Amino acid sequence: MRADAPARPRRAAPGPARSAARRRRQVTASVLTYLAALLLLGFLVAPFLWLLISSVAPLADLIQRPLHWIPPHATFQRYATIFFGADGRDFRFALRNSALVAGIATSISLVAGMLGAYALSRYPSRGRSGLLYVMLATYMTPPVAILLPIYLMLGRLGLLNSVLGLALVYTSFLTPFLTWILKGFFDAIPEEMEEAARIDGASRLGSMVRVTLPLSLPGVITAILFGVILAWDEFLYALIFTSSTAAKTLPVAISEFTSRFAVDYGLMAAGGIVAALPPLILAFALQRYLIAGLTAGGVKG
Amino acid sequence: MLLPALAVVGGVVGYPFFRTLYLSFFNAPLLSHVRTAVGLGNYLHAFQSAEFRADVVHTLHFTVGSIGLELVLGVAVALFLNRPFVGQRFLRAMLILPLALPTVVNAVMWRWIYNPEYGALNALLTQTHILGSYRTWLGTPGLAMNMIIVADVWKNFTLVALLVLAALQTIPVELHDAARVDGAGGWQRFRFITLPGIRPALLVALVLRTVEALKVFDIIYVMTRGGPASSTKTLSFLVYDEAFSFLKLGSAAAYAFLTVALIMVFVGVYIRLLQSRGVAG
Repeated sequence: MRADAPARPRRAAPGPARSAARRRRQVTASVLTYLAALLLLGFLVAPFLWLLISSVAPLADLIQRPLHWIPPHATFQRYATIFFGADGRDFRFALRNSALVAGIATSISLVAGMLGAYALSRYPSRGRSGLLYVMLATYMTPPVAILLPIYLMLGRLGLLNSVLGLALVYTSFLTPFLTWILKGFFDAIPEEMEEAARIDGASRLGSMVRVTLPLSLPGVITAILFGVILAWDEFLYALIFTSSTAAKTLPVAISEFTSRFAVDYGLMAAGGIVAALPPLILAFALQRYLIAGLTAGGVKG
Repeated sequence: MLLPALAVVGGVVGYPFFRTLYLSFFNAPLLSHVRTAVGLGNYLHAFQSAEFRADVVHTLHFTVGSIGLELVLGVAVALFLNRPFVGQRFLRAMLILPLALPTVVNAVMWRWIYNPEYGALNALLTQTHILGSYRTWLGTPGLAMNMIIVADVWKNFTLVALLVLAALQTIPVELHDAARVDGAGGWQRFRFITLPGIRPALLVALVLRTVEALKVFDIIYVMTRGGPASSTKTLSFLVYDEAFSFLKLGSAAAYAFLTVALIMVFVGVYIRLLQSRGVAG
């Protein structure tokens, strides 16, 4: 059968017997589809759901054998401890430090990335496109390859165990990544729009601020989203460059939580939930931008 | 306008990178300023060290295991979620849950699930009579690394799935219809229409995930600290130990550079792969 045939054989009216067989096959297929969907949903959600249950189940129920999956009653005591109790003090400092580090690092990288991406997008040249690959190589450089000299540098500058020092280090992986994302968005905005603004008397910078930036707002939102999520997630630098509540971030606090409060698995679970909420809320609320950012790299490849 | 980005890249990455290279030719204790040049001594020592070779094997085990599973699972889930059914959009959105969960929280979560005495995995497997008794998942050499791989795959296969899903949506439905009319079977349509359509996305996912896996540190630090019996110690962990437990910066820098070399080998192979496909296609 060729593509230009007037009607597909399947669409031709089938006999009653064939149609019954077809319907049975369709029912089987959709039953299988929903079984698979249920399986996938369980796989995606169950581990996190268990963390959630563990955070509100009384400890006695958590360490019971055989394990009861649904606790008879819920306790929110651990969340109270984390936000108001004496045992949650270190955690609250870590929450503040994580927010500050993510904010500062993302701001610096956003400014550097926007200017860099704009230049790469608007004045392309051979040297500059080579630069884009340098940026990419930078992003791929493993932290251990720059860790030791940075440790010595921060020590000399008095920036060890400081939020600002850690934020500066985070710009090392945020700036290249945000530049890469933003360049994709800038590339999609026609240059003629800026030229029109310049003919009307706007300066280079003015046309960038008044025309290109508002049009690339989705790109900026995407860049901020990824900056915050990546900074919030980072562990190795934070582990080595911070040593007290003055600068320790959430990942470090949580990794210590598990050794210090080894007995209360529920408190550990509650800490994990609280630390996970900001990036989860951001990612779900801005999922359109999340997908756009992920595929910006993919399409450019 | 490029200046700020260049300053960051040069100051926070470029300079330290070459400092690491420089350090790797010295015997440099962390807590002293006395440094003695040893030439290639640190590298020679690395190649003769059985521990280094073992850690290379652990790193490759983690990388190949997690990337392989992530690609297979990611593509399968993407193909499944590309079919229309009620709840498909909801499931697509749920892929974001593992992806956005912080790595350390993911590690803590799975360590709790694997807990030898109270863990949910032990409870589930004994209550369904798959296992007779509780097991120490992360305390058994040979098993621990595979359990870490499962935890990593759960979080990161979603990246592959989302990238492939986006690529699948760019393949025109008419191509599949035409092939079906021409009598192509399911496998043939996958092989000659779907696979070429998602190949660029697959390569991007492969490169991103491989680089991440070869430098893995956080999930291992939280779940096993490299144990039991150093069976989950990876290269990044070796650098960390050498520098901050044994305070030997010079040899730590050499190990760091060998890690970079390993990553470059992998990325180089992928780029060759990408270019040869580019010429052929």
